[in-house]
Amino acid sequence: MIDFDYEALGLKAGIEIHQQLNTKEKLFSYTPAIIRDSDEHTGEVKRFLRVATSEMGDVDSAAKEELLTSKLFTYYTYDTTGLVEIDEQPPAPLNPDALDLALTIAKMFDMTPLPQIHTMRKMIVDGSVTSGFQRTALVALNGSIDLACRIDTIAVEEDACQRITDQVFSVDRLGIPLIEITTAPCMRTPEQVHDVAQHIGMTLRSTGRVKRGLGTIRQDVNVSIHDGARVEIKGVQELDLISDVVRHEVQRQLSLLAIKNELIARNAQVNGEVYDVTPIFAGTQSQVLKKAKIILGTVLHGFAELVGMEIQPGRRFGSEMSDYAKKCGVGGLFHTDELPAYGVTTEEVSILKENLGAGEQDVVIIVAATERKSRCAMRMVIHRAKMAMGGVPEETRKVLEGGSTAYMRPLSGAARMYPETDILPVPVTLEYWDSIVTPELLVDKAKRFVSEYGFDAGLAHQMVFSEKLPLFERAVAEGIRPAFAARTVLASLKELSRAGISLEAIPDDSVIAVMRAIEAGHAAKEAVSEILSACARGMVLDEAIATIAPVFSREELRVLIRMIVSERADFIKLRGKTALDPIMGVVMKEVRGRIDGKVVSEVLDEELGRFV
Amino acid sequence: MIFSNNDPVNMEFAGLDLHGIYISGSDGNAVVKLSSGYNICVPESLCTIAPERSVAQPCHTVKPLKQDANLPLLSIISTGGTIASTVDYRTGAVSSKFTTEDIIRSIPELAGIARYRTAQPFNILSENMNPAMWQELARAIRDEIVAGATGVIVTHGTDTMLYSAAAISFMLTVPVPVIFVGAQRSADRPSSDNAMNVICSAKTGVSDLGEVVVCMHATSDDVECALHRATRVRKNHTSRRDAFQSVERAPVGMVSYPDGTVFLGMDAIPRGTHELSLFDRLESHCGLLQYYPGIDPAVFDAFRGYAGLVIAGTGLGHVGTDCIAKIAALISAGTFVVMTSQCQAGYVCDRVYETGRDLLDAGVVEGGCMLPEVALVKLMWVLGNVTRREDAMRMMQMNLKGELDYDLGREM
Repeated sequence: MIDFDYEALGLKAGIEIHQQLNTKEKLFSYTPAIIRDSDEHTGEVKRFLRVATSEMGDVDSAAKEELLTSKLFTYYTYDTTGLVEIDEQPPAPLNPDALDLALTIAKMFDMTPLPQIHTMRKMIVDGSVTSGFQRTALVALNGSIDLACRIDTIAVEEDACQRITDQVFSVDRLGIPLIEITTAPCMRTPEQVHDVAQHIGMTLRSTGRVKRGLGTIRQDVNVSIHDGARVEIKGVQELDLISDVVRHEVQRQLSLLAIKNELIARNAQVNGEVYDVTPIFAGTQSQVLKKAKIILGTVLHGFAELVGMEIQPGRRFGSEMSDYAKKCGVGGLFHTDELPAYGVTTEEVSILKENLGAGEQDVVIIVAATERKSRCAMRMVIHRAKMAMGGVPEETRKVLEGGSTAYMRPLSGAARMYPETDILPVPVTLEYWDSIVTPELLVDKAKRFVSEYGFDAGLAHQMVFSEKLPLFERAVAEGIRPAFAARTVLASLKELSRAGISLEAIPDDSVIAVMRAIEAGHAAKEAVSEILSACARGMVLDEAIATIAPVFSREELRVLIRMIVSERADFIKLRGKTALDPIMGVVMKEVRGRIDGKVVSEVLDEELGRFV
Repeated sequence: MIFSNNDPVNMEFAGLDLHGIYISGSDGNAVVKLSSGYNICVPESLCTIAPERSVAQPCHTVKPLKQDANLPLLSIISTGGTIASTVDYRTGAVSSKFTTEDIIRSIPELAGIARYRTAQPFNILSENMNPAMWQELARAIRDEIVAGATGVIVTHGTDTMLYSAAAISFMLTVPVPVIFVGAQRSADRPSSDNAMNVICSAKTGVSDLGEVVVCMHATSDDVECALHRATRVRKNHTSRRDAFQSVERAPVGMVSYPDGTVFLGMDAIPRGTHELSLFDRLESHCGLLQYYPGIDPAVFDAFRGYAGLVIAGTGLGHVGTDCIAKIAALISAGTFVVMTSQCQAGYVCDRVYETGRDLLDAGVVEGGCMLPEVALVKLMWVLGNVTRREDAMRMMQMNLKGELDYDLGREM
């Protein structure tokens, strides 16, 4: 990994964190806020979305028109979704639980709430929202966090549909409340970005009211360096990737600046002329070119070697041009920095370059598709090539596996935000704000577990970040010893889950009852897993204890041990006291779960002592 | 300090110096749009007018629109609908624009279907529509057909569209299609049904149809519009795209989308079947009353002096026995009373039960299978055009514009 002196480069980074809230209902609908398996969908709705103005910036009117009606989106509906999700009914009022949670989080960051919450519509026409806009509302401003950073805003908004395939979406996720936390551009190193994201994530989890699991939290990162540009990178799902995303983006911006300087030094030119080069490839062996209705080419003067240059891991400058071209529906492009290849011969390349008057320092870009798509793609390529002379364009990008990124669209402005007239403003009174109680931060709780319960730091950390934290806290509050409670909820339950037993089938009440029975000496602690697993199968708790771990008295144990010891008399005489461990194994096989191992060891020791 | 819309303002809030544009104020609070596009609400006392900043306006090059002279001429009459409305992204206000250019710019596909002329006799919310406006609308449609329109599209709010469409059906006999169209989801959203409904209407306007219809989404999908006969249609849902449904009969046609193919049913009235004629007299002093259990019979007294009253009775067309005397008195005093059913589907039959026979004896006229709303509009038209009670009775029971169409095959 290439690393840089980020502060010297003037790195400025900010993050936006989107976290799903664990409310019962959706943000603007009374339907349950749950994710479904798309195979379970019960209906489908087909819709077009229209845009008055293009999202794509410098695109010809033909492409704009294509955008108008060419895409028929299909939406999967469920028995848990309603008319609001398919934009057939006005929205319900803002979910008060979601607002309460957003305000709680705002208070944890010491923010100032807005006296009235105004819901806005943010236009999004990629199909992921049935209405064509996402509802969003600012809740509070200006918060502080440690780590020398600041939070600009916190907003509640609706999650979008899940994409199933290109034009098929699932509306189960649409409308699940999210909070969006936007930091100031106050981070100066990739590590700091990681730390701030982690801290915010921990704070959110401390509420115990946010959703967990893959896809429930998403980070966007804004990155710029001196002479570079603000680039927004969307959709970092793993925290561990976030610092690499920043590193790769810095590398990309530096590379683009280097390309710019080289282009200026070479007096590079983009004249924008497009040629039909189909005849040159009349007898080509290239599968891509063979199939195409038309092949178009353009010359980028002075771009040789630069289009093929790697600008971040796995990405060349040519990949950037290709991303732009793909907006027109083409599969990609070929450039002479990478040819001959893909079935295109050296001879074809030289004829191509000769015909188009391209010299040593020039690159020819070709695109093969239908005429309409190819012409659109060529315009996008030329547009991107011209932008290269200016260095780094402002863009919205999406993260790829490994932390490099691809172009999505130009940065979107404020223009597409307008009031949601179907939702009344919600007042937030001072009394309400004052009544909000903020939860203990998980990191503080971990410290408390160390000091109060004597946990080691690792166990405390594991416990506070466990999904079973509420169960643990309840058990301790009901008088179970903390160490035993922690072992039960962390180890025993994990063991069951590994064995394929559904933990959801075991109510918290049963877990606590089992712990109580063991603490009272009614069952051996070795039997926790077995008793719980019997409960999961539907057995009543008392019955489970009676069949799996009937109380086994010390005297019954002594009788058993004497029997085993006498059966193995020769072995014991031979080994003396060292026979304890093997014999212990034999005894435990019989009594595991019915009596504490410590008791077994004591009695066995006495009996062996008598014997030898 | 007094602010007005669009003022640039500075605010000190949350320890920040914020800048935005003043949108509106109430109760000492100001709604201000931030540069991020979000509207926030802050106490007005924290705001001050900012020195004017020059804001770079994006420059739009507007190409003049050319209409294809080879295409048929359609007329679009707006009554205040939102087909060409645009949203002000700053305030969110929806403004209705209504020139041919505005419409074609917002729905460019229209340019490939026809040439257009436009008229806007009035600009209202459809709940404020009234019989005088129906008359004005009928005349406007007549004028457009006389001026050579191949078809007339009337954009209308959906709330009372079925009353207006029925009224036009009775007042105007047409040789060309007259299509009422609206939108259930606001035009400012990318998902609005307005564009598809209007495109389907334009396709219908140049089709072989020759009657008054309502053109709206057939289902929740953006794949098909239904053409409903104007006298047999109801709005059956408050918000869904497919709220309009033909009652007890199939739609007269369907339009597939986006290709715009128009399929007309066997009983659709073909273009040119009838000649243009206008009978625009209405007796608007008519009422519609939905009967309910326990109604105070004195309610009927409120209709004293009315020319006509349509009752939406229960079941086959009944009211409580205690109402009959009041209704009889109403009729004796000169009010023409028609019985329809709140069941909506099925015929009224007042000969089955005693109450019904008493109603007939009192002089109530059976409204057949007419929808109560349509019966009201028809009664206004009939009473506006004939004076003798016998003539009115005969006409109310005569199928004039499909209002008494009833698909027997659908009864099973």
